[in-house]
Amino acid sequence: MRHLLTTQGLPRDEAIAILDVAEDMAAVGEREVKKLPTLRGKTVINLFFEDSTRTRISFEAAAKRLSADVINFAAKGSSVSKGENLKDTAQTLAAMGADAVVVRHWASGAPKTLADSGWIDAGIVNAGDGTHEHPTQALLDAFTIRRRLHGSASRGRDLDGVSVTIVGDIVHSRVARSNVWLLTTLGAKVTLVAPATLLPVNLSGWPVDVSFDLDHAIAQGPDVIMMLRVQGERMAAAFFPNAREYSKQWGLNDERMRALPASSMVMHPGPMNRGLEISAAAADSPQSTVLDQVRNGVSVRMSVLYHLLSGAVER
Amino acid sequence: MSIRIVNATLPSGESADFTIDHGVFTDDTSADRTIDASGLQALPGLVDLHTHLREPGFEQSETVLSGTRAAAMGGFTAVFAMANTMPVQDTAGVVEQVQSLGNDHGYATVRPIGAVTEGLGGTTLSEIGAMANSRAGVRVFSDDGKCVHNALLMRRALEYVKTFDGVVAQHAQEPTLTVDAQMNEGAVSSELGLAGWPAVAEESIIARDVLLAEHVGARLHICHLSTAGSVDVIRWAKARGIAVTAEVTPHHLLLTDELVRGYDARFKVNPPLRRDEDVLALRAALADGTIDIVATDHAPHPPEAKECSWAEAAFGMVGLESALNVVQEAVVDSGQLSWADVARVLSQKPAEIGRLDGYATPFALGSAANLVLIDPSARSTFSTASLRGKGTNSPYLGRELPGRVMTTIHNGYETVRDGEVVDAAEVADNARCAATEANNV
Repeated sequence: MRHLLTTQGLPRDEAIAILDVAEDMAAVGEREVKKLPTLRGKTVINLFFEDSTRTRISFEAAAKRLSADVINFAAKGSSVSKGENLKDTAQTLAAMGADAVVVRHWASGAPKTLADSGWIDAGIVNAGDGTHEHPTQALLDAFTIRRRLHGSASRGRDLDGVSVTIVGDIVHSRVARSNVWLLTTLGAKVTLVAPATLLPVNLSGWPVDVSFDLDHAIAQGPDVIMMLRVQGERMAAAFFPNAREYSKQWGLNDERMRALPASSMVMHPGPMNRGLEISAAAADSPQSTVLDQVRNGVSVRMSVLYHLLSGAVER
Repeated sequence: MSIRIVNATLPSGESADFTIDHGVFTDDTSADRTIDASGLQALPGLVDLHTHLREPGFEQSETVLSGTRAAAMGGFTAVFAMANTMPVQDTAGVVEQVQSLGNDHGYATVRPIGAVTEGLGGTTLSEIGAMANSRAGVRVFSDDGKCVHNALLMRRALEYVKTFDGVVAQHAQEPTLTVDAQMNEGAVSSELGLAGWPAVAEESIIARDVLLAEHVGARLHICHLSTAGSVDVIRWAKARGIAVTAEVTPHHLLLTDELVRGYDARFKVNPPLRRDEDVLALRAALADGTIDIVATDHAPHPPEAKECSWAEAAFGMVGLESALNVVQEAVVDSGQLSWADVARVLSQKPAEIGRLDGYATPFALGSAANLVLIDPSARSTFSTASLRGKGTNSPYLGRELPGRVMTTIHNGYETVRDGEVVDAAEVADNARCAATEANNV
């Protein structure tokens, strides 16, 4: 794998290979010495044009557990703001000998632009670009679902027949896009639930079902319900009237939690707005996988860096 | 110097020989120089109603000299220069300066477009009368790049411009529907996670403005029409007798939003590349006359404006050098437009809309000698070597296109000879002689 820019078009076998290696990496995380020598001498740069402490430290932990050298480059702010700077920054990192660059950017497509530019030779991992994709989040979500369903028998399995309902701000969500492509590639059946304002205007190319009605979606008894974070500024832009109405219509409150089958997983990519899209009881219930997702994130990112830098899977 | 052109094919399809002397077509049969135009298609000099020359203020992107060299290379002999310069072309002084730069360089007639509102600010009318009555004789007014979105101001602009036989060229874009918009809103934008620029933002402004034009009895021109819905609105307005004209760019006749998938900012343009259905509707509308003209919206930018993430990149593409090739590819080779139609949509009609003299009766004895000879059978890969302006932000780089401009003649002298732009000093000399002769007549 040369780069990881999107989950769209990621072949099923390759996705499963990443998840399987992540299982091995998870085993490392349970040892007393949580470290492998695999990427010794490799340099991984975390290039963040947008703040995201959670994602950055997850990638940092992943690279360090594989013994890579890690450099954090926070490019957010006035010094790196416009135009030429993406090129300059990329060329600077190339000159420093980066083997992989983990990019978080507020602009959709920026990692793709870097990968195609010729400015830098390193493998590029998309750590979230604008409202486009967040492939490692989808991989860790798939990993988490698989583990909950199949436990230690997870290796080699896909998500055939698993029903996943994703609820909330789909149009602005890179997590939703990456999950739609990856989970459906793995055989899951995905349903999106949101008000029309928060759905992309044209879903003709998406292999999903769409509903406006969360209660109806819950009544179908999905295996997984994934709640997305709702940002406050959406209210100002007339996507919905106010937090109270949103919460009432599309929040996973206690009543809806009770209506869910006891076997359903409750997922959230974090950070959560407790009381808005998810109630405290739902977030803290045994059905919630929120902390598993964080834990698994490190294993999955180790696997991605391993695939990118060890040349184990060539495309 | 007189030039005789033999064995040319006229737009009508007839073969003809003609002679040019002292800037006009004459019936002499002898000349200082003869061009054998066997196999070449003759067209009247092309007129671009929508060019960004960037001077004054943005000379790193383009100058009047570099932009008119690009124009000559594409077969253009006249360009209308958009008003979004710095300072803005909103006073007589600035428009006169731009026009005189064009006259001095001599590659093409430069007709400045005046801003509708002061500083393109959208609040106060600019000195439209002063610009109309200046030496530049401005007849086209536009805030292009920005929409005159205030309905009352648009109404007044239409009325006031009518006073001077001018026309308002509207950049139709409802700003509240296109905040931070990055590309056509549709299936592709939904996947790519780029903020959408919906067709309705264009169509709603056109609908409003044709009704305003009807109400006040003024002429209206719509810049760079890009959607099938806009075509329907214009068709309806014309059927109703409203004095509206419309333009389409070459890129909207050929390219679609599928090209955005690679996030290559060369394909970032405003209005954005649309769907296949839109491209087909625009071609049909150009063929049936609903769309009156093709105009380039030539928008040069320096490399750094495109070497960045999509959202950070500037909108715009260069288009002068490739316009004829793209029109041939999109609508001539497909049989939708004849060369006579091309002469109409790229020369006669834009000149008429812009009140530019000398283009009404091309090739007629005594009329101005503005013409282009092209080799329609040529095919080549478009590259930066095909460009003569400063901008390299062409969406066609690496693409094979038909046609090649072999000769461009502006006011009786060559600006392109044997497929290459003529030296600037020679062109400027010839321009000076032509101007002197014109003054002596």
